Amino acid sequence: MSRPGLLSVADLGRGGIVEVLHLADSFAEVSERAIPKVPALRGKTVATVFFEPSTRTRLSFEAAAKRLSADTMSFAAATSSVTKGESLRDTVETVDALGVDVMVVRHASSGAPAQVARWVDACVVNAGDGQHEHPTQALLDCFTLREALAARAGSPPADDLAGVRIAIVGDVRHSRVARSCVLAFGALGARVTLVGPATLMPPTTQGWGVEVRHDLDEVLPEIDVCYLLRLQSERLREALLPSLGEYSERFGLTRDRARRLDPDLLVMHPGPMIRGLEIASGVADSARSLVTRQVHNGVAVRMAVLFRLLAGGLPSEPTGAGPAADEASPAGSGQGGARHG
Amino acid sequence: MADQVKVAARSRRGTFVPRATVMDADDVRRALVRIAHEILERNHGSGSLVVVGLQTGGVPLAEHLVALLADIDGADVPLGVLDVAFYRDDIGLRPVLAEEVTRIPVELSGRVVVLVDDVLFTGRTVRAALDALADHGRARSVQLAVMVDRGHRELPIRPDYVGKNLPTRRDEVVEVGAAGVRIGEVVALPGPEGAR
Repeated sequence: MSRPGLLSVADLGRGGIVEVLHLADSFAEVSERAIPKVPALRGKTVATVFFEPSTRTRLSFEAAAKRLSADTMSFAAATSSVTKGESLRDTVETVDALGVDVMVVRHASSGAPAQVARWVDACVVNAGDGQHEHPTQALLDCFTLREALAARAGSPPADDLAGVRIAIVGDVRHSRVARSCVLAFGALGARVTLVGPATLMPPTTQGWGVEVRHDLDEVLPEIDVCYLLRLQSERLREALLPSLGEYSERFGLTRDRARRLDPDLLVMHPGPMIRGLEIASGVADSARSLVTRQVHNGVAVRMAVLFRLLAGGLPSEPTGAGPAADEASPAGSGQGGARHG
Repeated sequence: MADQVKVAARSRRGTFVPRATVMDADDVRRALVRIAHEILERNHGSGSLVVVGLQTGGVPLAEHLVALLADIDGADVPLGVLDVAFYRDDIGLRPVLAEEVTRIPVELSGRVVVLVDDVLFTGRTVRAALDALADHGRARSVQLAVMVDRGHRELPIRPDYVGKNLPTRRDEVVEVGAAGVRIGEVVALPGPEGAR
């Protein structure tokens, strides 16, 4: 049976999200140093096991593991025995048998990482599964948004996004990012609106705590953050859209639309961006765009997730002699870690 | 005080029950004044000093110490804050999370660093702090100031400046707060929390 991992934003709850954000603050400081590396996870091994293509997520997890001094192993389906017909179970059990502490899994099927977690001893982190979730993306989005809002207000980053109005725009139906973001933004108190054509909305949003709208121009003046999703053409099997041009015209942040935007409106995109479709090049590269901050912050946030799994979340069992002795002190007994050394 | 409240709230194992006050707030202040003088004497002034407080208990003491150095010497000594969570040797053995973001305001190379903590016990936090400092430059020297040295060292580490040497039992708890220094025990809380 697997150790606790991170399969869904719901695993964290509000408290867990805030804990990750605080840890990520510390790792952001580490990332700014001349030598951006700490010995925290020396001797641990993190394997990225990707059954679907990815650039930023995989590199970001590997950079995070390396900055924590963990060893990394990397598996890509395209160059593996999967092409010879090896099953998912045999593949992940093989990786597990090599002795890994964390398995970062991406798969085209929703729920695959949860299934993997039942098979392996390692902690499993979901790096995107089908149309289900992509929790670390949502966490880095919360971190980035909180950072941008703090910079604007000239105050330290808040622990919530209370009252922040966020529209998630586009192909919500096929987007795992949208599902994780709805959970994370909602947990932090933001007001989330989903915007897109009815054919690209999930069958039901009951229990999501969101509003659903279909006219972007109507919504834009009412929001603080416009979060654009990539149109997932690889998942668009049915005729859900009349044409890409019409989609862009109605739901893209086009150059024309950008001219009418409130100067304070922030724009986010989880990447990869399809410039000219959901976002005009000029908007993606403008000062209001947080896209590069999102990628940049991904490393610190993933360091926080990995560190928390391997160092912070373990049950506090007695460890015998030695350092455990000062566990009795008030400062050394909580999640806050040991002091009085 | 806020730190103490935070720490108390985090305690999952029980509650701190003080048995005796070994230094009151005024004793702590006098000890810090003496330590400030000792630091200046030993380093011939405050020229290349940096004071670094260890998260969390050392930070208020470090702030106070910097203010005292300014009063005595008229010096503007840089103040840093160090969280050693990522350098601990017990990661994975028990829950470790960072308390606060590390802030080292100056490059440490060539400087004299005075590390400040509230209680020196096993020495393992200081060991981690030395590793953490090394990642911020090669200090000319590192000196250690603590309010209480309670013994029971597990590593070859000794303080340069001590507020009070306090013999303790291993299972006792020493708390440094706004009210001064108190010694006592942690008692398991009744109910589901204490039952584990």
